[in-house]
Amino acid sequence: MTLNTAPTATAVRQVPQAAQPKRRKGKSAYPYWFYLPAAVIYTALFLVPTVVSFFFSLTRWNLNEFTFIGLDNFVQFFQEPALIRGLTNTFIYGIVTSVLKVVLGMLLAVLLTSQIIARGYLRSVMFFPVLLSSIGVGIVFTALMDPRNGMINEGLAAIGIQGPAWLTDPAWALLSVALVDVWKGVGLATVIYIAGIVSIPQEYFEAAKMDGASSFKSFFNITLPLARPATATVIILSLIGGLRSFDLIWAMTKGGPGFTSDVIASVIYKQYQAGFYGLSTAGNVVLFLIVTAIVLPLSMFLNRKEVEQ
Amino acid sequence: MAASSKQRWAALAGGVTVLALALTGCSGGGSTANGDEKTITWLVDNAENTVAAAEKVAEDFTAANPGIKVEVETRPQGGDGDNIVKTRLSTGDMADVFNYNTGSLLQQINPEQNLQPITNESYLSNVTDSFKPVVTSGSEVYGVPFSTGMAGAVLYNKKVYEKLGLSVPKTWDEFMDNSRKIKDAGIAPIIQSYQTTWTSQLFVLGDFANVVTADPDFPADYTANKAKFATNAAAVKGFEHLEEAAKAGLFNEDFASTTYQQAQDMLINGEGAQYPILSFALNNIKVTYPDKLNDLGLFPLPGDDASKNKLTVWMPGGTYIPKSSKNMEEAKKLQAFIASKAGCDAQTAAVGAAGPYLVKDCELPSDVPDAVKDMLPYFEDAAKNSPALEFLSPVKGPALEQITVEVGSGIRSAKDGAALYDEDVKKQAKQLNLPGWN
Repeated sequence: MTLNTAPTATAVRQVPQAAQPKRRKGKSAYPYWFYLPAAVIYTALFLVPTVVSFFFSLTRWNLNEFTFIGLDNFVQFFQEPALIRGLTNTFIYGIVTSVLKVVLGMLLAVLLTSQIIARGYLRSVMFFPVLLSSIGVGIVFTALMDPRNGMINEGLAAIGIQGPAWLTDPAWALLSVALVDVWKGVGLATVIYIAGIVSIPQEYFEAAKMDGASSFKSFFNITLPLARPATATVIILSLIGGLRSFDLIWAMTKGGPGFTSDVIASVIYKQYQAGFYGLSTAGNVVLFLIVTAIVLPLSMFLNRKEVEQ
Repeated sequence: MAASSKQRWAALAGGVTVLALALTGCSGGGSTANGDEKTITWLVDNAENTVAAAEKVAEDFTAANPGIKVEVETRPQGGDGDNIVKTRLSTGDMADVFNYNTGSLLQQINPEQNLQPITNESYLSNVTDSFKPVVTSGSEVYGVPFSTGMAGAVLYNKKVYEKLGLSVPKTWDEFMDNSRKIKDAGIAPIIQSYQTTWTSQLFVLGDFANVVTADPDFPADYTANKAKFATNAAAVKGFEHLEEAAKAGLFNEDFASTTYQQAQDMLINGEGAQYPILSFALNNIKVTYPDKLNDLGLFPLPGDDASKNKLTVWMPGGTYIPKSSKNMEEAKKLQAFIASKAGCDAQTAAVGAAGPYLVKDCELPSDVPDAVKDMLPYFEDAAKNSPALEFLSPVKGPALEQITVEVGSGIRSAKDGAALYDEDVKKQAKQLNLPGWN
């Protein structure tokens, strides 16, 4: 590879530059070539496909050819009967999962940073579901949530409760999947919160104790505000995850029964599966814009508050 | 210095783009061939029966053609498998021979561009004339039939029928009467299995012979965007029947969470009496309940008129050769073998026959299941059957199974469901650039 000589040449030239203090400002200590591997991968796997997909969303294409049809795909996509349902469900799913992950993650983190026995073991157990494959979790919970023979309803029946048809009742299907998503994802939120809580200096808690603050008071006045960066991270991560969630929903309900638990991603996937490539590319562009439009301002808002503190 | 820095950025940007494009591009795969013994590859779906039949055919083929080995590769079933076929065809990476759908779905893989025409091959004369249209695109024929014809019909438990003194219904009203009597006896009259969503479509798809009896022009008008399910009185009946049966509470109690496999268990064990399904379910039942197979019978989904009781039939899938095959001669020999009596016999030996073959001279074994025997009179008389809509029109929407689940579960009305399906097929028609849809 001819590239081998290049870094040395650049590195050599860097030296006289470093001698001139004026030129030093804004210069990285490393030659540009060092960026190349990362840049190539990023360009090939992210930038090129993103730009290309914007173009192909304006065409009707298959794997061999394409016809330019302007904005027809977007018109068609917004007329999709399942779209409104999918959009609403996406937001419900995103919000339900992030709220639950924030609340449960915080509570679990407080528990797991306190002096309890087997703390290390409990921490690992809590994180374990995060490591599982979504499809595997989906299949297992589909079996557990079977309305008749599933372990969950059999357990409920044992204490005299008639459990709902978790995945086949239109009113419950989406919520059931969201609950499984929370079970699977709350470990990550907990770990982020643990890191956030551990980094709060102990002096605050000690001082509060001296002043006679109850543990409730120290939670609301010390832990909660000072763990704000962790909260911001958890909200953003789980909201992004929730908005583009697909794997669990597909493994558990395939958007069903009928269209009742369809989210945008599953609507798009079904279009792709049916061979409507242009249409599904347009759908992905729309999903990209929606996620950006929500997460970008949210992230700026949460991070600004953080700086003000 | 400033200029050189700019140049460096430009060079970097250029280098990145070139490398990125090189990385994004694909490389084609190679195929192996060694010496005097040739190996050809054959891609089939991974259903147990398909693989077993294909392997037996491959074995018998090698015995008849020493020096040519056939390696059977598998792919997933359904939409995922279709995508694999499409991708491998367009990257020139397809196996030497492959199985794929016939009828409207064949158009999706661009036969003119991707497949080897076999119109002039001598072995094509072995294939029955009724099969050829479903593997034809333009003026060329591309495939030979693999496996047997089937029906979209009602499988019923004959023991339950005997016990309750029922006779096979010829009209929808008789079917409903029977079902009510079965319900009174404490047996689930109609089995539905919405956990396996595709099975929900049979009330609509299997009713098609009745639609075409009432309105022979429906397929042509439908393709030309002139007839609609929601507004055609004959076509909407499939949706209405589904709704009617659901409202009358004739389904098994847990229809929403029942799977295709569980439905078959219910039917065989007499917990349910009637199951509208594709007759290839018999293949599966033969494996799981060999000794109870003949408890089952089959009748067409009934329409309004007993004298016009017709069966909706499905053509089997086809075996095709991609233009990219490097072993064209050997691939054609395999196709010829599949379209011969020896090919049928190999399949029968491996998995039995769940319907009639579409290759001339092929015989069904004497121990063919009763349900298949019920099917044969309809197959033999062209006036008593009609191919399913997907073989007569390329317009087929992907969401029918979700819609029929909703209608059958009472989430959506029949009229609404039919209208929604009419919306759904627009996308397919536009993707195929059919005249009259843009």
